[in-house]
Formats: sequence, structure tokens, C-alpha cells
Amino acid sequence: METFVFSVLNGVTYGLLLFMLSSGLTLIFSMMGVLNFAHASFYMLGAYFAFTIGAATGFWVALFLAPVLVGLIGAAVERWGLRKVHTNGHVAELLFTFGLAYLIEEIVKIVWGKLSIPYKIPPLLDGPAFTLWGTDYPAYRVFMLAVSITMLVALFLLLKKTRAGLIIQAALTHPAMVGHLGHNVPKIFMTVFGIGCGLAGLAGVIGGNYLVTDPSMAYAMGPIVFVVVVIGGMGSLAGAFVASLLIGLLQTFAVAVDATFFDLFGWAGLGAMTEVGRISISSLAPMLPFLLLVLILMIRPRGLMGDREF
Amino acid sequence: MKKFALASAATFALLVSSASAQEETFRIAYIEGMSGAFANVGDQGLKHFNYAAEKINAAGGINGAKVVVEAFDGQTNPRESLVQLQRAIDEGYQYITQGNGSSIASALIDGVEKHNKRNPDQPVLFLNYAAVDPAFTNDRCSFWHFRFDADADMKMGAITDWLEGQPDIKSVYIIGQDYSFGKAVAAAAEKMLAEKRPDIEIVGNELHPLGKVKDFTPYIQKIASSGADAVITGNWGADMQLLVKAAGGAGLEAPFLTYYGGGLSAVTAMGESAVGRVMQVSEFHENLDASEAQLEEIKTFEAQSGLDYYYERIFTLMDMLKAAAEKAGSNAPEDVALALEGLEYESPYGKVMMRADNHQLLQDLYLSILADDVAGTVEGTPFGFKTVENGKIDAAATETETTCQMSRPR
Repeated sequence: METFVFSVLNGVTYGLLLFMLSSGLTLIFSMMGVLNFAHASFYMLGAYFAFTIGAATGFWVALFLAPVLVGLIGAAVERWGLRKVHTNGHVAELLFTFGLAYLIEEIVKIVWGKLSIPYKIPPLLDGPAFTLWGTDYPAYRVFMLAVSITMLVALFLLLKKTRAGLIIQAALTHPAMVGHLGHNVPKIFMTVFGIGCGLAGLAGVIGGNYLVTDPSMAYAMGPIVFVVVVIGGMGSLAGAFVASLLIGLLQTFAVAVDATFFDLFGWAGLGAMTEVGRISISSLAPMLPFLLLVLILMIRPRGLMGDREF
Repeated sequence: MKKFALASAATFALLVSSASAQEETFRIAYIEGMSGAFANVGDQGLKHFNYAAEKINAAGGINGAKVVVEAFDGQTNPRESLVQLQRAIDEGYQYITQGNGSSIASALIDGVEKHNKRNPDQPVLFLNYAAVDPAFTNDRCSFWHFRFDADADMKMGAITDWLEGQPDIKSVYIIGQDYSFGKAVAAAAEKMLAEKRPDIEIVGNELHPLGKVKDFTPYIQKIASSGADAVITGNWGADMQLLVKAAGGAGLEAPFLTYYGGGLSAVTAMGESAVGRVMQVSEFHENLDASEAQLEEIKTFEAQSGLDYYYERIFTLMDMLKAAAEKAGSNAPEDVALALEGLEYESPYGKVMMRADNHQLLQDLYLSILADDVAGTVEGTPFGFKTVENGKIDAAATETETTCQMSRPR
């Protein structure tokens, strides 16, 4: 029972962190039709900015300033970079973001060094929130949960309940029509790109001290975010949400399960001491999302909730 | 005019060559992950090596040659490390050192062996300061490899000896990194526990991907629900920090019996929750008795590098290298290697000896526990390690049987 409850809690926390990253990516994809390879780099920038700003102002100010700063950089990248490249087609855009990811990583290495930086959880949240069955649940995780849910609700309200959200939604599917109605479509694109990057930055601010802040963090997070977007369905926010939670829970539960291939497939005649029989489920945990990715692309190429094929 | 130019060029060339002859160097290639997940550990080792080199140079170098330690970024990856080995060889290096990752050491041993077979006049010597897979001094031993750290079996011997005197511990959980070293630790633990404490139940034996796990909470959850009385782990670097960080966050009470609990940043990550709980087996900790001169040395190193003094064995390695070269009267790798065999050396913490039969260093080991009532503290925290009762294992007692059958060049 306790394993189950903790696995759900941990899985949801990790899943929501993934969603914060993938929501921006999927928004940008549905808008421009291009995968932003540099998306996880904005996540990394968020963590580094929060560390540097936080050293001067404290964590709470950095929590707001760092994502805004990352969002502004994202908007600038769209305005002076992607928009120009856009005229040359999708391949050029893809290569542009690919190069950008490397560029950001090298810049981070030059500015902050190659080592991990001591970006720490604020003292206020450094302790247990509650104790269940003798195991503490860290307060910082509860805080992460709260931030993620707040962001989720805010994003939902922005897109569904405001006039701005209406225009954004329209611009995503019918940019020409929205343009004819007198809205500045390029500006909408720039704003959405900025917001998407800002969300990734926010994920970096709260994820950087919870995990590790080092120049390889973008590379570590990048592939998994793409998996979320593909499984959820390209351009579908709801899909990204479901896929994030699914992957978060899947990875946590896979580690928690104490079984080997033999336990699963012993009935089929697999020996307990054979090479395959001895593989434990928990050792497969990091691989499972990618297995799911391959399966989804084979069986349901548009993803769980996507409306277009990849 | 042309003649003059030619003559002056010739003079210049002569000057340069004589200058380089005067400044003879003893170059060591330090092949480690200087970027990526384990970069901080690579940086820490390099600072120890550079400091040791400076000290030797201040005392006249090795046979008059200036010691230079240069870092090569192997990215904690066997393939990239072999590329860096080749680069070092092409640049004329004849000594290499590495420690982080037995999988890499394994590739380097093979690489060095092959090179030395093909180029007997330009051999390379591998000085291993931390890769502790027991195979390197047993089945896979090589004349061109010397290890200055106790191997995984020797360290597990120390841990299980201590467990023999702890009747309260009735179950253990083994968790490690999924590669040769993690597997060696798990195998040694299983074997030695069966011999020394057959009543102990191994409630978990888990391997996780090397340097990939960012959140160990699910693993800690699993350990907690297994009800283990103690955890045995060989984790190092980021995997050690994050493991104990997650354990601290979840308030796991079980003691951790570790190889590298005193490793870089681990104590900071663990914090107060680890006091009286995290133990390590090592050749050095900051509260060992030592001479005034040695304590002064530690202070100087820490002030200069901004890091804690950790790798006593790196200083042992460098000092023994110097002693061997001077004994042989030569800086050629083959002569130095032969002189290293059976060499005894008085370290600041007791006598150490390099075994001739398998090139494994024998040194005193200490089992220590994190405490808050000690004089020597680490990483700016009020905590430091102190030796547990009966925690000193004499060098001679750490000796294990070897299956090594070494072929020597002469």
C-alpha cells in the first residue's frame, strides 16, 4: 500500500515536471509545425538563471524573474532567428534549433563552467512536509506539485477563457484568416514561442535544484520531452498532459516493481536463471518511455490525442 | 644577407633544442571525464595530481625532470577514453593515469597492452588510482598496470568484517551502478556475507543505470518498504550524492555502508540526516592521526584548491612513482615498473607496499562513520568522518589471494 501511494505521488510530481516542459514544446509545434530541438536548453537556462538571480535576490524573486527572462530570450530567438529561417522551410528550422541547442550548451559551459553548480532548495522548503508509514515526503515536492498545478490551471484559463487565448487558438489552425481579421499573426507567434520557452524556464527553476543543475541537464531531459509530445499527440495539450503523467507513473512504478522477466514470462517456459529471465523490470525503467514511443508510432502514429500524423 | 639569415636560423634552432634538453619533463596524461555527469569528480582528482606534482617539482622533480600532469577529457566513456589514450600516446606521453570507472580502466588496460606489444620501444605505463574491479589484479592483470586503491573485494572484506560484530543488522539491501564495478561490489557482498554472516538476509539487490538516474526517490522508497536494516552501495560521484540526497529527503533510517560516502559533495547533499548513519571504507579520512607536517600539508592543499583533501592515494601514487624512478635511475616506463614491484613506502598514514605478483597496493584501510563531534570537517559542514571501533584494517590483513599470472618483458 505505502509503495503504491508513494509511487503515485512521485510519479505525478515527475509527470507534472515533464508536462511543464512538453506543454511549451507542443504549443510551439502546433503553431509552427516544427520541433524545437533547443526546448530543453531553455529548461537548462531557467535553472542557471534562477541560480544566478537567486544568489542576489533569493529564491522567490528568481522563481518569477528567471522564467520571464528565459521567455524574453525565447521571443528574441523567434523574432530575429526562427522567423528569418522560416522562409527556407522546415528542414532549415529544424537545423536552426538543433544548432541553437549546442550553442546554448557551450555558452552555459563558458559562463558557469562544466561542473554542476550548487543550486539548492530554499531553506524554507528544505524539510519533510508530512510522514506516511515512517517515510518522509519532502516539502519541496509538494511545492513542485503546487507550482505545476497552478501553471496548468493558468494555462488552461488563458487558452480557453480569454480573448487572447481564442485568438491564439485560431492563429494556430488558421493563421491566414486571423491575419485577415487584422491581428498581427507574427506577433502572436512570437508571444507563444516566448511563453513556451518561459514555461520550460519555469520547469528549470523548480527542477534544477530538485534534480541536478549542470550543462548536461538539457541533453538528459531532451529526448524524454519529445517522447511525451509524440505519445500525447503532436500539438495536443491535453495529450501532452496525459502522456506526461503516464510516463512519470510508468517510470516510477517500473522501479518499484520487484519482478524479473522470469516472473512475467515464466509460464511461457522462460528459465529463472537464463540471461533473459534474470533481467529485472526495474532495470528497464529508463527504457520504457522509448519502448512506448516506438509502439505508439507503429500502432497509432498520431499519438493518443493528436489530430495529425507525424 | 641570405647566409646571415640561414646562420641565425640555425643558431636559433640550436638554442631551442638545447633549451628543451635542459627542461626535461616527466609527463603524465590524466584521462578522466572532465565534462558531463562526473566532471566534478574528474576536476577534484586533477587538483590532487597537480598539487602532488608541484610538491615534487619544488623538491627537484623526478630524476631532475619536471613533472607535468595534463588532463585529457575521456567523457567517462570507454570509447572516447581510448581516443584520448591514442592522442596522449601520439603526443609522446608514456605515463597515463585514470580512476573513475572500471569500464574505462578495462578499455585502457587493453589499449595499453596492445600498444606496448606493437611498440616495445615506446611502452606506456598505466597508473590506476581508483578503478577497483578486482579482475584487473586477478584474471586480467597486466605488467603495465598498477593499482593504488584497494579493490572492491578488499573494501567489501572490511565492511563485512564490521558486520560480523553487528548482530542487530539482520537484513541488507545492495544497490549499485549497472556496470562491471557495481556488479563486482554486489558479487563480493553476496559471497562474503554468505561466509561471515549467513544469517543476514539480502532483501534487495539492485543495479541502476550509471550516471542516468536524476531522482532516486523510487529506489529509496523500495529500500524503505523492504525493511532493510542496512544498505550497501558502491556508488560514486553524482550517483552517490543523489542516492543519499533522496534518502535524506525521505528520512530513511537505515545505515549506509558505502565505498565513497566521503566522496565529493556527498556530505553536503546528505546533511545532518546522515550523521551516525553513513559509513565509508577508505585509506584516508580527515580525522586520522597524523604528524603536524601532514596536517599542515592538508591545510595548504585545501586553501590552494578550495577542495577537501580526499585522495591520499594520489599522493602515495606520485611519491612512489618518484621513489621507483629514482631507485631505477631512469624515467623509462619499463625500468620504473620493475622498480615499483615490491616497493615499500612510508606514507603519512603508515607503511604501504606494492605487491609484485599482481601490482595491487596494500595499505591500511579504515571504516569510518559520519559524525558531528570531530575536529576535521568537510565541505564547510560541521561534519566529518571518524574511525569506528575496531575500524582499522592493517595493510597485511587486506591482502587477498590472486589468480594473476603476469608476463613480464624481462
